[in-house]
Amino acid sequence: MTHEIICAGFGGQGVMLIGQLLAYGGMLEGKEVTWFPSYGPEMRGGTANCSVVISDQPVGSPIVAEPDGLIAMNGPSLTRFKTAVKPGGVIVYNSSLVTAVPALPGVKICAVPANELARELGNDKISNMVVLGAFLGLTKAVAVSSIETALQQVLPARRHHLIPLNSAALRKGFSLVTE
Amino acid sequence: MKKIFAYPRALSPKRTHYCPGCTHGIIHRLVAEAIDDLGIQERTIGIAPVGCAVLAYEYFDVDFLEAAHGRAPAVATGVKRVHPEAIVFSYQGDGDLASIGMAEIIHAATRGENITVIFVNNTVYGMTGGQMAPTTLPGQKTTTSPYGRDTATVGYPIRVCELLATLDGPAYLERVSVHDPQHIIKAGRAIRKAFALQVAGKGFSLVEVLSSCPTNWGMTPTQALRHIKEVLVPYYPLGVFRAPEEVSGDDA
Amino acid sequence: MERVMMKGNEALAEGAIRAGCRFFFGYPITPQNEIPEYMARRMPEVGGVFLQAESEVSAINMVYGAGGAGGRVLTSSSSPGISLKQEGISYLVGAQVPCVIVNVARGGPGLGGLTPSQSDYFQATKGGGHGDYRLLVYAPGNAQEMVDLIGLAFDKAEAYRNPVMILTDAIMGQMMEPVVLPPLREVSPDKPWATTGKKGRSKPNLINSLGIVGEDLERINVELQAKFARMAADEVRYEADGVEDADLVVVAYGTSSRVVRSAISRLRQEKKKVGLLRPVTLWPFPQQILAELAAAGKRFLVVEMSAGQMVEDVILSVNDRAKVTFFGKLNGTVPTVKEVYDRIMSLLPEGGEE
Ligand SMILES: Cc1ncc(C[n+]2csc(CCOP(=O)(O)OP(=O)(O)O)c2C)c(N)n1
Ligand code: SF4
Ligand SMILES: [Mg+2]
Repeated sequence: MTHEIICAGFGGQGVMLIGQLLAYGGMLEGKEVTWFPSYGPEMRGGTANCSVVISDQPVGSPIVAEPDGLIAMNGPSLTRFKTAVKPGGVIVYNSSLVTAVPALPGVKICAVPANELARELGNDKISNMVVLGAFLGLTKAVAVSSIETALQQVLPARRHHLIPLNSAALRKGFSLVTE
Repeated sequence: MKKIFAYPRALSPKRTHYCPGCTHGIIHRLVAEAIDDLGIQERTIGIAPVGCAVLAYEYFDVDFLEAAHGRAPAVATGVKRVHPEAIVFSYQGDGDLASIGMAEIIHAATRGENITVIFVNNTVYGMTGGQMAPTTLPGQKTTTSPYGRDTATVGYPIRVCELLATLDGPAYLERVSVHDPQHIIKAGRAIRKAFALQVAGKGFSLVEVLSSCPTNWGMTPTQALRHIKEVLVPYYPLGVFRAPEEVSGDDA
Repeated sequence: MERVMMKGNEALAEGAIRAGCRFFFGYPITPQNEIPEYMARRMPEVGGVFLQAESEVSAINMVYGAGGAGGRVLTSSSSPGISLKQEGISYLVGAQVPCVIVNVARGGPGLGGLTPSQSDYFQATKGGGHGDYRLLVYAPGNAQEMVDLIGLAFDKAEAYRNPVMILTDAIMGQMMEPVVLPPLREVSPDKPWATTGKKGRSKPNLINSLGIVGEDLERINVELQAKFARMAADEVRYEADGVEDADLVVVAYGTSSRVVRSAISRLRQEKKKVGLLRPVTLWPFPQQILAELAAAGKRFLVVEMSAGQMVEDVILSVNDRAKVTFFGKLNGTVPTVKEVYDRIMSLLPEGGEE
């Protein structure tokens, strides 16, 4: 089983972090993983994205051209990547920032009002975690608990007090699509 | 009636790629105004550096050459020797000019090469992501001085105007700043004077401009301007370090 | 063994430290900045030296001094900076000073772009500076090899008293993958040739590449060539995956080998007989195995992110015994899996299925 995922959004929305968490979580589950960021001049001008591959086999290309999972935190990223998603794939997008998405044949599209949900939990900044939670609920790419363990390793110690909040956001997103 | 604000002819009407609050854009404008003022657009040739101003040629409506990192004064020398009547200027950052290009700038200056150098000092390597520059202040944190610039192991910042002022070659050396309107006006005068001296065949001129890098300083644009005023100016005193007697003041 | 996620550039830097490297000299340039930035944080923790030089020219000469004085020393840069180091590299070889040089290559020529590229193959393998010389050149294919090969590179550099180059690219440098780090090694240098101060030695040591007398220069060159011949005989490394029963062998290194691997795994699911030959040393080049595969009737496709550089070595190796096709990318982008897949398909014999 191989998951090929693109996470995209504005710089500052934490898309690089959720990509890293996916890869880290996969690694903790004993999988082969890669994380590859857009970098350099591509970063100027606002949108950031990263490719994540999680597989039982050694990973070939770390650059995902035809994802089976897309996490889009804003409109421009959704526009840029949605048509690349393979049939049978999943798109989870932040509907707080994006209005109506036309259907794509064979692709499951899931709207998550991430900013509102994050605000309900008391912190705007965790909208990325809500979307990630929903993505995990739909794809089972890695277990939520693996992401929680990964948070310990990815976040610097001075931000560990935020882990419970991040967990709550993940679980909120997860239950949104599974209940 | 005198037009107070007009888009300089020597500047192309393009949106720049500079970060919000970066003063590279203001300095471009001042250079373009000087070129307009002196009516030299048709014979001006610019040399772009490697640094955030690498795309300077996109923004000026004059001929341009892109130089290898640090080599702009050597490239300018080559151009000037082929076209002595042309007005040749290089536009260089502090990493470009005071680190990898230190040999080229010193030798162009000591030869009294009749060129103009616009030297943009923002105390970091902006383009590559905020590494330590030769001008980084003692204690300043950058990505390659994560514990703050330690003068015991990496020494002290280089004051380029003062250094070049030890040479007999340069005709004009001045340090200016662009952190508020008054200083921008002064900077504009210095840049105009530097070009005017080249037109008059007086030799090497360099204007050092203290400039902001809010992105790599981790500051808002306003904080960055205040940082220039309160931290940079005390370390890098503004003023004229060399001026030829016969060409004086603003009417140069 | 504990796996940790690291960016290739950082894995390489930590790998160097674990291998006992305690001196780093460099100059900022994208896309290798993570290496000096990592070293700036990390070297003080292990009592090592990180120094940002004023240019690549200066950095490589600091390497000459530190290596000549017996230190385990590293410098890293990217293509334009590596060009500037060529004079110094030639001197390092001439004076037989060990060191490791990393090129996280980007697109050229000239200022080029920041995107990944494999267009410095000639420069790395054919001698970018003046004189008759060779470098041992390693091309990592994943983050783990960034760690493993840099450790090996230091050992080989000292064993042969020759600079060793790691040639990688922006994708390998920026990508994060799990790695297992080896324990920290302290290498106590036994280098009787190093300039340490005479310390009671009867003869002073000299680090030098001057051979002003013709016969001296010839003797030095004979010695160097003998060393290169030993390297060529003993240091070849490659990975061969499914080449024995393949109709077509794809030759690729570094990032392109990753894309090729993805394409091949799709093709194998479709029962196509395609193998991968991945050179790990670019010099010495795995000529022997290619010659054998050619003799066994294989055909070859070479995939590079360049106009075709390594392909010349493949052609030399197969020596007219097999057909060699090339697929390259010039625009600083990486070939997509689909592009490589399509190209391979177009080369497979009709009815190549089992
Ligand atoms: C030979 C070489 N080395 C390094 C680089 C990478 N590089 C690009 S811009 C730059 C420094 C930019 O800093 P500065 O001159 O201060 O200009 P700023 O971006 O701050 O305006 C460096 C080191 C290069 N392009 N070529
Ligand atoms: S990085 Fe700094 S110098 Fe470069 S454009 Fe941005 S603010 Fe200006
Ligand atoms: Mg600068």
